[in-house]
Amino acid sequence: MSRNPVTSAMFLVTTMISISGLFVLLNAYFLAAVQILVYAGAVMVLFLFVIMLLDVEETARRKLRLVSLTMGFLSVAALFGVYKSSLEATYVKDVDSSQDIAAAATSVGESESLVTVGSTQALGKELFSSVNGFILPFEIVSILLLVAMIGVILLSKKETK
Amino acid sequence: MIEPTLSHYLLISGALFSIGLLGVIVRRNILIIYMSLELMLNAANVALVAMSRFNGNLDGQVMVFFIITVAAAEVSVGLALIVALYRKRQTTEVGDLASMKL
Repeated sequence: MSRNPVTSAMFLVTTMISISGLFVLLNAYFLAAVQILVYAGAVMVLFLFVIMLLDVEETARRKLRLVSLTMGFLSVAALFGVYKSSLEATYVKDVDSSQDIAAAATSVGESESLVTVGSTQALGKELFSSVNGFILPFEIVSILLLVAMIGVILLSKKETK
Repeated sequence: MIEPTLSHYLLISGALFSIGLLGVIVRRNILIIYMSLELMLNAANVALVAMSRFNGNLDGQVMVFFIITVAAAEVSVGLALIVALYRKRQTTEVGDLASMKL
């Protein structure tokens, strides 16, 4: 396990790109592109910038306590075990039927445009349809981004008194 | 070749979430904790997209779209907070930032 935060950030970039590959496998092409642009691009550049700015490598040499390490590992492993067993109890019987659902969704003409054809157009129609679209949440999110931008500028400004 | 099914994707999502949770619990550097938090958000995204794909319904992808947007805003604000905290205290170790403890 590397203790250098820059190495951790690089591995996180690799993970983000792999997750984007999973999105491609799931026919979510637009989300795959957004994942690479936003996470592997913007967010990780921000992380690396802050790591370099704060010079974290100096303070990264502190030792982890063995007790907290083992207890954390055990509790997370137990949580994952519970998740996995509940998943098997729920979905082992449904594996065939879920495949059937996906196959049915791809074979039905109306759903074909949703699932198989490159999903950007379908996602845009879903997002902006006037009947049950997501126009109001979209606008709220744009306001949220504006507020976040102003907040970041205020937070990172040098205090001048 | 085995075709990947919904339970495979959910298993990957659970594994990613567990790794992120382990990072949050074990690591003491606030930047690393923040990166692990991002990993947990992405695990939820994988689960949502898989559910959306195997139910033939695009609502999950719309949800992921909003999650990515909110996560980007959250990252920028959180990192600005960390930089402001570092200016005051000159540290990124959570053990040294315990002044808000009861």
